[in-house]
Amino acid sequence: MMDILSFEFMQNALIAGLLASLICGIIGSLVVVNRIAFISGGIAHASYGGVGLAFFLGLPVLPVTTAFTVCAALIMALVTLRVRERSDTVIGVMWAAGMALGIILLDFTPGYNVDLMSYLFGSILAVPRSDLWLMGGLACLVFVLVIAFYRGFLVMSFDEEFARSRGVPVDFLYCLLITMVGLCVVMIIRVVGLILVIALLTIPPFMAERCTRSLSRMMILSTLLSAFFTVAGLWLSYAVDITSGAAIIAVASVCFFLSLLLPDKKRG
Amino acid sequence: MVEPVIVINNLKFSIGDLLILEDVSMSVEPGDFLAVLGPNGGGKSTLLKLMIGLLKPDSGDIRILGRLPGEAGGRIGYLPQHTHVSTSFPITVLDAVRMGTVKPGLGGIAGLNRTSDEKAKARKALERVNLLDHQNRSLAGLSGGQMQRVFIARALVDEPELLLLDEPTASVDSTSRASLLKLLIELNEDMTVVMVSHDISSLASGVKSVACVNRGLHFHKAPEITGDMFQMSYGGDGADNCCPVELITHGHVPHRVLGLHHEEDEDKS
Repeated sequence: MMDILSFEFMQNALIAGLLASLICGIIGSLVVVNRIAFISGGIAHASYGGVGLAFFLGLPVLPVTTAFTVCAALIMALVTLRVRERSDTVIGVMWAAGMALGIILLDFTPGYNVDLMSYLFGSILAVPRSDLWLMGGLACLVFVLVIAFYRGFLVMSFDEEFARSRGVPVDFLYCLLITMVGLCVVMIIRVVGLILVIALLTIPPFMAERCTRSLSRMMILSTLLSAFFTVAGLWLSYAVDITSGAAIIAVASVCFFLSLLLPDKKRG
Repeated sequence: MVEPVIVINNLKFSIGDLLILEDVSMSVEPGDFLAVLGPNGGGKSTLLKLMIGLLKPDSGDIRILGRLPGEAGGRIGYLPQHTHVSTSFPITVLDAVRMGTVKPGLGGIAGLNRTSDEKAKARKALERVNLLDHQNRSLAGLSGGQMQRVFIARALVDEPELLLLDEPTASVDSTSRASLLKLLIELNEDMTVVMVSHDISSLASGVKSVACVNRGLHFHKAPEITGDMFQMSYGGDGADNCCPVELITHGHVPHRVLGLHHEEDEDKS
């Protein structure tokens, strides 16, 4: 295990994975308790439009994708708040439109030879140092925001209508949450790819929810689970030479199904 | 003459082209126990949400405790419909009750989640609903009736003057229903209670006045179905001003309230 850490790309991969785990644990918990996994999937897929845009304009991928994804996320958040009953349809359309835009823009890009697979299934072994700094910055931002408004997120996630009745600015918190989901998605795409984002965002929190009694503990436990899945998946992908993103999700899925066999501690 | 707790004048509310409420006027005195009855889709919950400020009326005027809806803040305790909350949410009973102390605006949502003062208040509220022994249990492990008590405690924790309850007895079994109603009657000694229900058996005891909502609103100072209400139900355009008589027959004690008006009942049902 130690010898593989001597490669710089492996060190970068490990740092990227652990940063993504921290964010996944926190934001993923909020995604699960707010039941917004679908909109998160929409954001993840629409972000591919940002990847296409970055290559088309010849700009750095991560900043452009981040900006594009946050815009798409905010549009989805506003649609959800305004036209609640048809929001799933609109999100579904943006989901597909974002991906299509990405592919079309890549078609128009001269000399395009980017490996599409690396964005769909992740390219954690190819994360450069510069991206790590950006990921670290985003991770800090999300971490600080969630701590700053923890109480509000807790009250909104538990019972939105009650929160509104108490004068809690739910719309603000909701838009903030969706924006953070956008940031989170961009980071996790690096690790497991946009197809598998939802798995890493939902599997650890779902497992954690079953055995905790507070949102903060759910976040901590999800972070630890994510970190374990990421490290174990990375090791597995190195040991048997398979795609890293798929290996991470494979580990998470196996643990997920095993956890279903355990009794639910909270009930009874 | 004491100032009424709730004053509503000529309220109108619609969603798109669909008219939900119109010409709604009423005034609720302090200490009242008002049951708001009506069929599903008749606008009962909408009326409650308008009072809290979750929805904005098209026209008309609402004053709650002398203020606009949404501004009476901590003086109102609200119990939303049971179905809103995910039962698997990771939280203890005590923490769920503490959420009732959250303050409005950005200041109220900032920071982490702990003060011992809040815990003491939450314990007091739990004691009132007879759940203090369960304070450290996970909410997911409670029965429907117990969970409803937790949410009533959450509404009580900030010591409100007015309690607004949306279907408090829906989705609980009949034993819990009876004890919930008993609890509400006890609470009514200290505060005004407004309870939305499609369950006419809630009229059985303790309720001091009744409002029938089906687009329009008919206010009755006594807890019984009067001849008036039947007139409005069956006379004229039934869709406009209709009491939920068909639902009465599904209630637990339908004959107690139907007895006086059996002729009309037999004619039409």
